[in-house]
Amino acid sequence: MGPNTAWYLGVAGFLFGVGTLGVLIRRNPLIVLLSLEIMLNGANLALIAFARHLNNGDGQIFALTVMAVAASEVVVGLGLIVALNRKRVPLDVDRLSSLRG
Amino acid sequence: MIVASVGNVLVWAVWVVAAFACLGSAVAVVSFSNPFFSALALIGNLGSLAVLYLLLSSEFVAAAQVLVYAGAVMVMFLFVIAYVGPRTESPWTGGPSWQAIGSVLAAGALLVEIVVVIGLKAGGALAHSHDVGGAFGTPSYIGRLFLTDHLLAFEITSIVLLVAAIGGVILGAHSRTATDEVPPL
Repeated sequence: MGPNTAWYLGVAGFLFGVGTLGVLIRRNPLIVLLSLEIMLNGANLALIAFARHLNNGDGQIFALTVMAVAASEVVVGLGLIVALNRKRVPLDVDRLSSLRG
Repeated sequence: MIVASVGNVLVWAVWVVAAFACLGSAVAVVSFSNPFFSALALIGNLGSLAVLYLLLSSEFVAAAQVLVYAGAVMVMFLFVIAYVGPRTESPWTGGPSWQAIGSVLAAGALLVEIVVVIGLKAGGALAHSHDVGGAFGTPSYIGRLFLTDHLLAFEITSIVLLVAAIGGVILGAHSRTATDEVPPL
């Protein structure tokens, strides 16, 4: 019945790879956050594929927890971007290289 | 038998459409120069992932994905992109830099590694999955798991969300007294 677990894992691996590429290659912190979401979703797809494969709901619980943590991470990340924008800091992760209180 | 094979073809067709929509929109998120278009592509990515979750008989997770991600989180993203203003940046122009080459090599190495591991396992262990009952993935199933076996994870998740909400308010709040005293970075 339909594609087996390996196909879903292939899609999950590709999503993770594309997300990694986005995190490494983009300089806009907003798009870095979007690429992080892609990586998290790739991991979620693998978790849910294994939950279905093993007939065990723990993977789905883990995926829901990952979703909640991702939402928290987005809140903090977007708050940082808004704070940077308010201080007129250029939104470029290559130029955000120094910490100064 | 004919009905079963027709259902099989239908599942494969839905899977192929959803998987390619998912992969294409993921590439689009990374490639678009305008962050607004990237965020819209990510909404498509999340929607097609929800279809894949439905094919894996995880109905509750698919619904939560659409509600939480494509609804709440992406609205927040679009709001912040509109607030910050459009800053376009083309990732693939300006000639290859050492950074871009290294990034493509690192991501490609990761992808090859994943595919090799799956290929080594796909013949034996991954070919036959267990049969699941009709209750698998329903809200009552998830709720029972959350409130019995995984109660600690449930409570910790609520605390994480609370702390994130407080952090978001603190980061986003205007400090009306000391706005001008802070030196620019």
